[in-house]
Amino acid sequence: MLWYAGRRILQMIPVFFGATFLIYLMVFALPGDPIAALFGDRPPAPGVIEQIRAEYNLDEPFIVQYLLWVGGLLTGDFGTTFSGQPVADELTRAFPITFRLAMLALLFEAVIGVAVGLISGLRKGKLFDTSSLVLSLLLISVPTFVMGFLLQFVFGVELGWFSPTVGPGAPWGDLILPAIVLASVSFAYIVRLTRSSVSENKGADFVRTATAKGLSRRRVVGVHVLRNSLVPVVTYLGVDVGALLVGAIVTEGIFNIPGVGGTIYSAITLGEGPTVVSFVAVMVIIIMLANLLVDLLYAVLDPRIRYAK
Amino acid sequence: MPSNITHNSGEPGHFVAELDDTPIAPIDSGLNEAQKPRSTWSDAWESMRKRPLFWISSALIALIVIVALVPNLFTQVSPIACDLAFSNQGPSAGHPFGFTRQGCDTFSRVIHGTQASLLVGVLATVLAAIIGIIFGAFAGYYGGFFDSALSRVADIFFAIPTVLGGIVVMSVFSEFRTPMLVAFVLAVFAWPQIARIMRGAVLTAKQSDYVMASRALGVSKFRVLLRHVMPNAIAPVIVVATIMLGTFIVAEATLSFLGIGLPPDVMSWGNDIGQARTTIRTSPMTLFWPAAALSVTVLSFLMLGDVVSDALDPKARARR
Repeated sequence: MLWYAGRRILQMIPVFFGATFLIYLMVFALPGDPIAALFGDRPPAPGVIEQIRAEYNLDEPFIVQYLLWVGGLLTGDFGTTFSGQPVADELTRAFPITFRLAMLALLFEAVIGVAVGLISGLRKGKLFDTSSLVLSLLLISVPTFVMGFLLQFVFGVELGWFSPTVGPGAPWGDLILPAIVLASVSFAYIVRLTRSSVSENKGADFVRTATAKGLSRRRVVGVHVLRNSLVPVVTYLGVDVGALLVGAIVTEGIFNIPGVGGTIYSAITLGEGPTVVSFVAVMVIIIMLANLLVDLLYAVLDPRIRYAK
Repeated sequence: MPSNITHNSGEPGHFVAELDDTPIAPIDSGLNEAQKPRSTWSDAWESMRKRPLFWISSALIALIVIVALVPNLFTQVSPIACDLAFSNQGPSAGHPFGFTRQGCDTFSRVIHGTQASLLVGVLATVLAAIIGIIFGAFAGYYGGFFDSALSRVADIFFAIPTVLGGIVVMSVFSEFRTPMLVAFVLAVFAWPQIARIMRGAVLTAKQSDYVMASRALGVSKFRVLLRHVMPNAIAPVIVVATIMLGTFIVAEATLSFLGIGLPPDVMSWGNDIGQARTTIRTSPMTLFWPAAALSVTVLSFLMLGDVVSDALDPKARARR
């Protein structure tokens, strides 16, 4: 297990450099001057561009620029925002809020999603199953930002059940509605995934054996069917961290949450390219770490997968 | 026995007994010899055409394509002839969906917005499919160093979610935003998904007897890949590409909504939703209609993808 974890971390290193290099390449090497783009239509004063270019190391050879940038990332120096604040400070302020929002969303989609999927899979073809399938298709096809406005309008503005925007400090109660919005698409995927996985596993030999042994239905379903059906779901949850962080950009923008996504959202609307890039680079690193964590979780869940060697 | 030989006298060397002369005849009596063996696709077609979901989604997609190609067939009102006097007014005669904040006809804008959204979706899907199929097929078929190199490259692109990559690139290129660029950027970050599936399918297909048979007959390795392996491995890719088309349309709308997708002068659902958000509390319907069009389009492609995937998977067919 330890050996496997080590190997996975080693494998992650080239992917990390590749992914950050790709982002850097796309932003700083493609045609179009990111510095000129900062000024919009008005040309800046002479000398200003040179100063900024030197600040972002843009006058160095390309590979040196990249290495300096990545070196900064690794030592916690993520650059500065337009207002002159270090991105790292923004991150430490914004990250806990997004983390709480994402955890709430994950909890929602994992617990309710798996429960609905389990019932659907066990009662395939029944009314509950059909309606949850239709609902999941609908949820997948409504984009997050539409769902956000819809729920904000219905539950926040019209019915007044929740606060339509999140107050300062982002209390848990205010985060419930955004978390539901954020989780909606992934919730639907988890329902479908659990359903197909459960309906496949419930006919498996080990389930028949467990039933034949005289185990209670509760134990058969809970231990034998569910545990084995969770493997693809956990895989999905790993991929989903990425989807959640992307969704957070839109959701936090709509609900005015001062998290990582909200910061990216306002940076995008203000046209602060470099800030967006630094934040997204951090997001990509988080996504890679989440994928690693999920890979390690497999072994715990599925006794058939053992990373012995 | 001699009777069999004389029976086929016109074809020397054909010594197979007639079905009636063999002991297995009773077993085969139900077999329709005239029927040709069915291919995967005709099998899938037989299964699909019985499902109402297939016809519903196909009809919706056909309608959406027609709307995108000839929008003037559906509305005579110009989407850009806007009059601020009508700003945010409700439905009236000839304007079933009311007016936007700028006083444009909402129905007309929804109809004319179809083109850009669909164009980006189709372009991105075609691009991602071409890159993914080529890389995936080569990696799976040739294996070895080629495979591991391509897989590592795919891993790198895979680590960056499509929309996130789109945000990074598009937020920097404010002046070059065109439907082509949006499609290209989305495809660049989405192709590994296709490549992985293609690689897996090619790995399975290249084990088949017909591949070995062709190679034994002296067909070149590359030709076998083109003629036998790829056609037999393409099915799962088509399923994923159909579903991907829907997600690309959502991705474009998300980017446009954020203000970094299509330029504001291009009519698209994402742009219109982004513009309607400021007046959502007073006139929610201007946001609702383009959002509904977007969702119905995505839903159609998802349903079609679902039906095709069920039809191509014999296990799922048997389970249903």
